[in-house]
Amino acid sequence: MAYIVLQITWKASPAIQEYGAGFLTGRTWDPNTSEFGILPEIWGTLYSSLLALFIGSFFGIAVAVFLSEGYLGNFVFNVLKLFGLQFHKFWGKLPSWSESTLKNLVELLAAIPSVVYGLWGIFVVMPLLREPCNWLHENMGWFPIFGTRYQGPGMLTASFVLAIMILPTISAISRDALVAVPPKLREASYGLGATRWETILSVVLPTASGGIFGGIVLAFGRALGETMALAMLVGNMNTIEISIFSPANTLAALLANNFSEAGSDEMKVGVLMYAGVVLMAITLVVNIFGALILQRATAGLKGMR
Amino acid sequence: MASPGKDPLQASEIDLRQLERSLRKPRTMLSMFLSLVTTVLTFAALVPLFSVVFMLFYRGASKIKLSNFYELPPTAFEDGGGFGNALVGTLIMVAIAALISVPFGIMASIFLAELGSESKTASVVRFCAKVLSGFPSILAGVFAYGAVVLVTGGFSAYAGGVALSILMLPVVMLTAEEAIRMVPSRMKEASIGMGATQTQTMWYVTLPTALPGIITGVMLAVARAAGETAPLLFTALFSNYWSMSTWSPTSLELNEPTASMAVLIYNFSSSFVDNQREMAWSASLVLVLVVLVTNLIGKSLSSSGPKR
Repeated sequence: MAYIVLQITWKASPAIQEYGAGFLTGRTWDPNTSEFGILPEIWGTLYSSLLALFIGSFFGIAVAVFLSEGYLGNFVFNVLKLFGLQFHKFWGKLPSWSESTLKNLVELLAAIPSVVYGLWGIFVVMPLLREPCNWLHENMGWFPIFGTRYQGPGMLTASFVLAIMILPTISAISRDALVAVPPKLREASYGLGATRWETILSVVLPTASGGIFGGIVLAFGRALGETMALAMLVGNMNTIEISIFSPANTLAALLANNFSEAGSDEMKVGVLMYAGVVLMAITLVVNIFGALILQRATAGLKGMR
Repeated sequence: MASPGKDPLQASEIDLRQLERSLRKPRTMLSMFLSLVTTVLTFAALVPLFSVVFMLFYRGASKIKLSNFYELPPTAFEDGGGFGNALVGTLIMVAIAALISVPFGIMASIFLAELGSESKTASVVRFCAKVLSGFPSILAGVFAYGAVVLVTGGFSAYAGGVALSILMLPVVMLTAEEAIRMVPSRMKEASIGMGATQTQTMWYVTLPTALPGIITGVMLAVARAAGETAPLLFTALFSNYWSMSTWSPTSLELNEPTASMAVLIYNFSSSFVDNQREMAWSASLVLVLVVLVTNLIGKSLSSSGPKR
């Protein structure tokens, strides 16, 4: 790993010397005039990841709670009751394989290659989002988030697909954290007369919060570095817009689109390597932070048992 | 239901039914509402998975033909064609990556689980592996570009393999470590008690017992590497031809740009030609099936492994 960091930084060194910190704040990317700046890309990377994180963690934590609180049994029980099949409450408890099947189904989302998600995003998500987004723009265009017309490839499409891609990470790690909460705490809360969700909100989630937060941070790291879906969906425009419908660009997509054309031009390669260094610095910090939080969270729970 | 006269609840001094929570209290209703929301969100999260799989079969399966597997990719004004060279290219590069990462990964996992399991080095290595497993795949490509493409002077299957091996390494390492740790210590003690050396114990007892778990790690890593696109874009590039030389079809040209399924999908996804877009869907279907099957085999192997 140290070698990777060294290698990339070494290859980037000519560009770092040439452009310095101005590289980080410049807004134009023009190979013809050798003017390079990656502020739009940094902005796009962070913005799309945060947006994806917002959608993804919402769903991810819901999945984790669903899987760890034995809701599946309840759900099947109630569905059967709807159809007039009344079983003894005992049958509301399903064998453990059914829950692990659902968990594996969610994790299969992570196994699908990101390029396939990109393809799916182009042909399924984009047409699907067009109508509601245009409606939002026409009726709520004064709100800066909906400020531009929906153009297809753009921030929202990309973040939407990105959210699906990071959902398994969040739900798997959060589920582990929730399952690790000692049953005694739950029982004590129920014993005091709390409802199920009062227990979840005021006892279970705070206890597992360290693990959940670690999972979200790791998912953030993954979203930052995700390339293909973004390269295909984000629109590749060097603009800084607050609107979620406008096209943008990310660091990873920039690398993916420009690297094969850089050829043997040392400065072009160096510039791209510099962008790689920036991306690496961001993701490494986020990942190390997330791994550290997870380590501390699991250590803390072990002491409580 | 028991008849009211024999109801044990009425016989007792306190009416136990008073302790049941009224369904009309706001807090109960809030709880039920949140439960409903959770259920809906969970099933909504599964919709994309089914949507992706459905679309793959819907748009990919009908166009898939046997000839797809041995023909070259079509140019813009050509009908038919296939992704034969991309399939072969993916297999070659994953094989190169596995050849690099599997020995290193297993050796590292032996070190982590057995030799220096408590040492400072091991915990640093383990932490690095965890961070590396969340490493953006495109940076592996950037690294391979710098380390292989610039050095050898051209895009090649080797460079693609090196990039993929970086992504495979932490998966192999962490899963294999887990598997080796699961080997019961009594088995090792018995082996040492019989007079075997530590190396012999390793070779004849620990590794064979941990084999299913190790293979799981390799399979998961292969599944991950087969679907990766970003690092291949500028290490292996793409090629419209077989990665074999025309003069001797048996020899592989690993020093040339090599096609891969994932890059083919990427290139064809934004094509303006219907035929190429159809090809992208068919190729996606094949790729997803390969990745999912590898994944499932890997996961089922790990559950059949030894229990402590």
